[in-house]
Amino acid sequence: MFGASGFGDTSGFGGLAVRPQQLESTPKPYGEWFDEATGALEETLPNFGDVIERVVVHRGELTLFVKREAIADLCQLLRDDPRLRFEHFSGVSGVDYPNDPTGRRLHAVYHLLSMTNRRRLRLEVSVSDADPHVPSVTGVYPGANWHERETYDFFGIVFDGHPGLTRIEMPDDWPGHPQRKDYPLGGVPVEYKGATIPPPDERRSYA
Amino acid sequence: MGLEEKLPSGVLTTTVATMLNIARKNSLWPAQFGLACCAIEMMAVGGPRFDIARFGMERFSATPRQADLMIVAGRVSQKMAPVLRQIYDQMPEPKWVLAMGVCSSSGGMFNNYAIVQGVDHVVPVDMYLPGCPPRPEMLLDAILKLHDKIKAAPINGKVEWTTLDESPYEKPIVRDTRISKGLPVDQPLVFPAPLPGERPA
Repeated sequence: MFGASGFGDTSGFGGLAVRPQQLESTPKPYGEWFDEATGALEETLPNFGDVIERVVVHRGELTLFVKREAIADLCQLLRDDPRLRFEHFSGVSGVDYPNDPTGRRLHAVYHLLSMTNRRRLRLEVSVSDADPHVPSVTGVYPGANWHERETYDFFGIVFDGHPGLTRIEMPDDWPGHPQRKDYPLGGVPVEYKGATIPPPDERRSYA
Repeated sequence: MGLEEKLPSGVLTTTVATMLNIARKNSLWPAQFGLACCAIEMMAVGGPRFDIARFGMERFSATPRQADLMIVAGRVSQKMAPVLRQIYDQMPEPKWVLAMGVCSSSGGMFNNYAIVQGVDHVVPVDMYLPGCPPRPEMLLDAILKLHDKIKAAPINGKVEWTTLDESPYEKPIVRDTRISKGLPVDQPLVFPAPLPGERPA
């Protein structure tokens, strides 16, 4: 229960094993409230099969992979439908999968919360680096404003229709998008007590 | 000396430089530049327990135009660095900078693209204070060492002590007990005493 296992590397650069993405839909029935919610969505959305690429249920959480053109309309539907009522927008962030088999490596992940039904939902939109445009959901959820700016700043996903898409955490003229997997950490070697310690991504294993 | 013996009691003679330096160090108004966690310790120093008002520094001026000492308390990001430089430029001379905490001294635990690795890349620093965060007593110690630097400065400049060995105020009090111990006193006293086998400095 106590004590470090392994060699105690907490820098996060010690070779993290990443679970590969689940590329097929979970087979029905999904369980819990997911069938009811996806059933309601199927009824209200005329082109459900076109819009929703796949439905993944993993560890008790529902994720819908959405085509990027439909994300804003889908969010409006999720917010307004009386059976769904996902009123609270928790955030949008980005994920970079450099080895994505379809070539669309940048994912924008939206988290929605329904306070009336006490449910959480995740929407995921994947775009490629060559064409990183996603419609903005600020018309539906105004709170997405800064979240989309941060996703643009760190991943380079351009949100069309955003009222003011600029960098929010890096300086305005910063080149590159820092949280992509191919962006270097940018650390400097540190001299301490006679030894020179490289930055955490260049260290060897001390096991 | 000769003149002071002739003056009545209650009259002190000194130099203009000493008077100026004592006036400067006794009322050093900090420009509040608390950025992150070190700002909490700086606020604690302003509180009653680690009172900074006894050194005349209770007025943390929000405006740099009326500030003498900029205590950079916290990590400086790449976006904040031009702001830091502008606040420093807006302070009138004479001004000093104290880099509080490891993040402003050297980048601290944040060895990456987003944090300036040491605020001396942006402004000239007079005192570095390590700690994450430094205890309020450590901040007071750094301020007192800065007072020593200010007091020893010439009239329109600053001293460039890089190590404390050069400071005349950090010399330990050494008593020469060689006579009472019966040791030979023909050699000058060396402190700290060299270890056996070591060449004395």
